[in-house]
Amino acid sequence: MNSFTLELAPFLLSFKLATITTIILFMLSVPLAWYLSQTTSRLKPYLEALTALPIVLPPSVLGFYILWTLSQNSVIGAFFYENFDIELVFNFKGLVIASCFYSLPFMVQPLQNGFESLNKNMIEASYISGKTQLQTIIKVALPNIKPALLTALIVTFAHTVGEFGVVLMVGGSIPEETKVASVAIYEFVEVMDYDSAHLYSGIMLLLSFIVLLSVYIFNHHQKFNRVYR
Amino acid sequence: MIEIDIKKKLHGSNGDMDLNISLHIAQNEFLALSGKSGSGKTTFLRVLAGLEEATGKIVVDGTVWLDKNYSLAVQKREIGFVFQDSALFLNMSVEENLLFVKRDKVLVKELLEITELSSLAKRYPKTLSGGQQQRVNLCRAMMNKPKLLLMDEPFSALDPLMRLKLQNEILILHKRFNTTTIMVSHDLSEIYHLSSRMLVLESGTIIEDGKAQNILIQQEQKESISFDGEIVDIRKGKTSYFTVISIGQQLVEVEMSFKEIQLFQVRERVRVKSKAFSLIIEKK
Repeated sequence: MNSFTLELAPFLLSFKLATITTIILFMLSVPLAWYLSQTTSRLKPYLEALTALPIVLPPSVLGFYILWTLSQNSVIGAFFYENFDIELVFNFKGLVIASCFYSLPFMVQPLQNGFESLNKNMIEASYISGKTQLQTIIKVALPNIKPALLTALIVTFAHTVGEFGVVLMVGGSIPEETKVASVAIYEFVEVMDYDSAHLYSGIMLLLSFIVLLSVYIFNHHQKFNRVYR
Repeated sequence: MIEIDIKKKLHGSNGDMDLNISLHIAQNEFLALSGKSGSGKTTFLRVLAGLEEATGKIVVDGTVWLDKNYSLAVQKREIGFVFQDSALFLNMSVEENLLFVKRDKVLVKELLEITELSSLAKRYPKTLSGGQQQRVNLCRAMMNKPKLLLMDEPFSALDPLMRLKLQNEILILHKRFNTTTIMVSHDLSEIYHLSSRMLVLESGTIIEDGKAQNILIQQEQKESISFDGEIVDIRKGKTSYFTVISIGQQLVEVEMSFKEIQLFQVRERVRVKSKAFSLIIEKK
């Protein structure tokens, strides 16, 4: 019972990965979600379907394609290796790229819904006031979709912490490099170290619940205190 | 001086039609734009603002806003726009809403004083009444001292007292800033009171253009008075029939013969006219 020690490295790695992924995805998703919310183009449903794919694809399928694309057997992987001496699989960089694909819909969809719910005239009033799209997004659109914004950030973060299949496919299980908490738990179970598996799983369960609870409390609060200050 | 000559295909609720408007507007004019819903009024304003595309030409004080293969971006047109519903930035206070357009604290102070909103400067839009919000919208539209002020039924959601207040404020602002203005309105007293010129739009084209007084009074014969209403009930009396008609907040009964009654049915929109009566006006 006392034979195990709690290693923090897998947790730290999970949170580091989730933080970086959330930041990158936020920067990429705001313009994409804005475009999707405003466009009347026929391309919209195609882009929406593409964006939502990671929700329905088995992580192994997504992981396999990402692995194949980033490996030196593909044009992209070879390009990065030959020109910049960068390897993109079985290391942390590869994990970040894979996570960005995996968690994309969880960032884009709440933002897009939020943008679509905005009063169209309010956005137009900003343009009429002489403001560019970027100024309008930063000063008017984002501040008026705080609940959606928070949902997008937190759920993306939480979803990335919780990923397993894609991480295992693209990153393997290299300690302090790609061995995140979910992978560590899998390995404990494989070697029948159930005590450690219990401890790690329990921590993940508790953290995930706290994260989600804080989102729902905030949104509940926003809904019933609709006066912005 | 504003020169407008625009065309646009519209796919409205009444089928397809062409918006086709050719118009000169003098500096400082106050234009009232009237017409049935679906006649293209809102689209016309949006084309002027640059919010919708159209072909043709718009030249404002020598600056080309629209021409072949060229359309000046909405951001650069220097217009003011008051929407039918409030379009205030909900994350900003009254004052911040105005300052967002232009960092001109002196102008903000003046506008809020004219509209008697100074005490609400720090309040957020959601805490204001509909009338207060619409007055803030008006102030915000004036912040960049627009070359053209466009208003799309700005009072339609307000009660009569608030309408009157806002009308007066619009007049004061118009005199103070000499802003060329186009306002969509259905309210005849409002049009009469505010505008120097009136346009009536039907199926995308101008069918009337002139002084509001002339157009409004010639529309009906001068001695007659009429109300639009809806038949809510037709019932049989002892010797004749009665139709019950709702006009505004009132129900009116009109006697009819059996023959006349055949021509009407319940829920039909009708006009009630009276002629050659001497009308009496009472204070409310």
